[in-house]
Amino acid sequence: MNKLNFLQTDKNNLNTYLYTGVILVVLSIFIVFLNSFFNKDIISFLPGSISFFLPLILGFIGLHLIRIDYSSLKLLDSINKNINTNNFNAFLSLLIVFAVIKSLPPLLSWFIFDANIAGDSKDVCTGSGACWTYIKIWFNRFMYGMYPNAEQWRINLSFIALAFLGTIGFFATEKFKKYLTLYYVVVYPVIAFFFIFFFISGGPIFFDFSYGIIAAVISVIIGFFIPSKFKMYYFIIVPITLYILLKYVFFYEELIELGKLEALEWVETGAWGGLSLTFIVSFFCLIFCFPIGLFLSLGRRSDFPIIKYFSIGMIEFWRGVPLITVLFMSSVMFPMFLPEDMFIDKLVRVIIAISLFEAAYVAEVIRGGLQALPRGQYDAAKSLGMGYWKMHILVILPQALKLVIPGIANTFLALVKDTPLIFVVGLLEIVGMLNLAKTNPEWLGFAMEGYVFASVLFFIICYAMSKYSYNLEQKYKTER
Amino acid sequence: MNIKKILPQLLTLLVVILIFGFFSYNAQVNMENRGITFGYGFLSQESSFDVQFSLIEFDGSHSYFRAYLVGLLNTILVSVIGIIFATIIGVVVGIARLSNNYLINRTAGVYVEFFRNIPLLLQIFFWYFAALRALPLPQDTEPMFGVFFLTIKGFFVPAFVWNNLDIFIYSIIAAIISIIFIKIYARKKQENEGIQTPVLSISIGLLIILPLLSFLFGGVDASVEVPVIKQLSQSGFTYEGGIKLPPELISLALALSLYTATFIAECVRAGVQGVSKGQKEAAASIGLTPNQVLKLVVMPQALRIIIPPTTNQYLNLTKNSSLAAAIAYPDLVLVFAGTALMQTGRAIEIVSITMFTYLSLSISISIFMNWYNKKIAIKEK
Repeated sequence: MNKLNFLQTDKNNLNTYLYTGVILVVLSIFIVFLNSFFNKDIISFLPGSISFFLPLILGFIGLHLIRIDYSSLKLLDSINKNINTNNFNAFLSLLIVFAVIKSLPPLLSWFIFDANIAGDSKDVCTGSGACWTYIKIWFNRFMYGMYPNAEQWRINLSFIALAFLGTIGFFATEKFKKYLTLYYVVVYPVIAFFFIFFFISGGPIFFDFSYGIIAAVISVIIGFFIPSKFKMYYFIIVPITLYILLKYVFFYEELIELGKLEALEWVETGAWGGLSLTFIVSFFCLIFCFPIGLFLSLGRRSDFPIIKYFSIGMIEFWRGVPLITVLFMSSVMFPMFLPEDMFIDKLVRVIIAISLFEAAYVAEVIRGGLQALPRGQYDAAKSLGMGYWKMHILVILPQALKLVIPGIANTFLALVKDTPLIFVVGLLEIVGMLNLAKTNPEWLGFAMEGYVFASVLFFIICYAMSKYSYNLEQKYKTER
Repeated sequence: MNIKKILPQLLTLLVVILIFGFFSYNAQVNMENRGITFGYGFLSQESSFDVQFSLIEFDGSHSYFRAYLVGLLNTILVSVIGIIFATIIGVVVGIARLSNNYLINRTAGVYVEFFRNIPLLLQIFFWYFAALRALPLPQDTEPMFGVFFLTIKGFFVPAFVWNNLDIFIYSIIAAIISIIFIKIYARKKQENEGIQTPVLSISIGLLIILPLLSFLFGGVDASVEVPVIKQLSQSGFTYEGGIKLPPELISLALALSLYTATFIAECVRAGVQGVSKGQKEAAASIGLTPNQVLKLVVMPQALRIIIPPTTNQYLNLTKNSSLAAAIAYPDLVLVFAGTALMQTGRAIEIVSITMFTYLSLSISISIFMNWYNKKIAIKEK
């Protein structure tokens, strides 16, 4: 047997070092574990500061002993390589492990074991843990704001329909695939806009929407029998004619009088709220800010001085001010700029303000992509005789946009995270609803639960978005 | 010049002029109807409102302009605090993310993913309404290190009471100026003779010795004023003396620095990873010590990548500090665009001043950054 040297471990006495080290490490973790989960201090006979630091010292010595290079044990080598490369790293690793063990019991008991979810009043929340009953009772408000309970199916239905329409791209046939970009950039936003503004707000304009739907359905069915030569004209002319006919000639009076088609209840935008409003606002801002930003970025690189300086001015202005002042402007200053009798809905004003604000950021991101393209791409496109628009649509933008996917995704994430700010104009999305619920005299003192709930929701949404953008980036990555 | 070039420009100009004309016409009509005249004269009027927390003396008898200054100073205060802490946390986390220790790496990663994916406003609310509300009342507070009191009413820290503070400040300025000269001298000496001067230890020594001299000979004197508990009413207690940091300031600074630190951490990581391995190997192969490699080769190149986006983050933090309005921390937006606007009703003037303040700040920083980027850009042959 070789001489044991505990300061300098080596491979010759591998087992001795290994067993001693593992026992020490396990012992130290066991002490902390007992202390935190069962509140038992088995080393309390030692003086205060020693018993406090003992697990750390034991674990440290243990990790030092098992730090053996090329031990030919796979697990040991991987531990040494990943968490135990030197004394400092071993110390930090131990601290992290202990911190996790220490913080698990209070977190678990707050989230699960001492929490209440049963019942439907605050009285059941007697434990020291979270009161999920509060979330359960207020769930509808957090999701739909002040939207009437009986009408909430409209929001659900629109979101489900829009989600379904959004996934069409995955099921599209080869023939339809080349129109996908057009569909997502033009058709889908328009459909979504009509859905939300007419279906969710309801009221008299809902009739317009339902006539539009009937006209669209009829024209699509007939459209199958029209020769493809005329399809383009057909789909522009027929739906509009049908719509006008339906509205003004055939049905208008009769349907209302007969009560066959009852109008949906009118819900003003002030009553919208909760997570659904977060989705609505971020969805529309996403749709609007992208084209505006695209045009601003092209304008900034334009050869026309007026357009160029106008774009620079727009971009620098919106990027220079905080969003909250923009919203202030839209709520207190903007009405001054409109004629007395003209009124623009609060939600619309907010959507315009946020879209312009985020468009400036999108513009700068896209400009980065445009600048990254080599000049040769422009020259090649021009030498093929392409004009400005053809060159950009066919050659420049597809390459530039591919480059800036991460940047655009970050801007969109920032947009989603900025939506709670609309509380400035009095619209209450989920964070605003939380603050409202918090001040309800019957439910005082549950702020923590609410914020944790909203944080988890936002984390899931934003994390999923960022992962999705990462996938997109990988998918469109091309070697240059 | 052909028509194809002029027409789009003319159209843009026309649309812009039309929109602005429409807006300003309406604004004139509206203001006439309400009997307001446009102008910035109201700034010198008496403000007649009070601000909870201000760095300069302020009450109702001061002017609206002073209210603006109060708001601006509070914004600057919270931004500076936020920037300092965000930088410290960001650099530490960014380096931790580069660690080859799996646990440290993952912990830093979880921190970044978690805090950057939650809206800042939600974080501010969380700290203000949930976390800081769980603190004890002033009379139940256990002091930290005997002198710090973290209570539900704010964070009470001891204050320094200075005599001849100006001499002390002069001594520090003198130390800094002499350090700059020593640095220039050391560089010259190295370029000419190749001898290195221990600049760091000399500068630390200067920074300690000169202020110390001002204590011994300049008549500078500092005493510490510890907060003392004081009874206001039967159950109302507070602390007197020292400095009181209101909970609004703490939660805002905390949320801002934790949120911005995640972005700074990513900048730092990208910067250090951006220095190619060959640079380090080349530096080591010409015989530089590991410290010299870090100081002379890696850091200058990494900083070139790190500084521009980090400055951007500082700017974002400053702009985000306007969320203070949500928890009633009296910053520029709350004091000026909130209270003052409600009192005077001068929406256009006040919103324009507020926006102009932020705008001039960010444009001056971006001009500076453009200059800096040009200066540090690698000059290729």
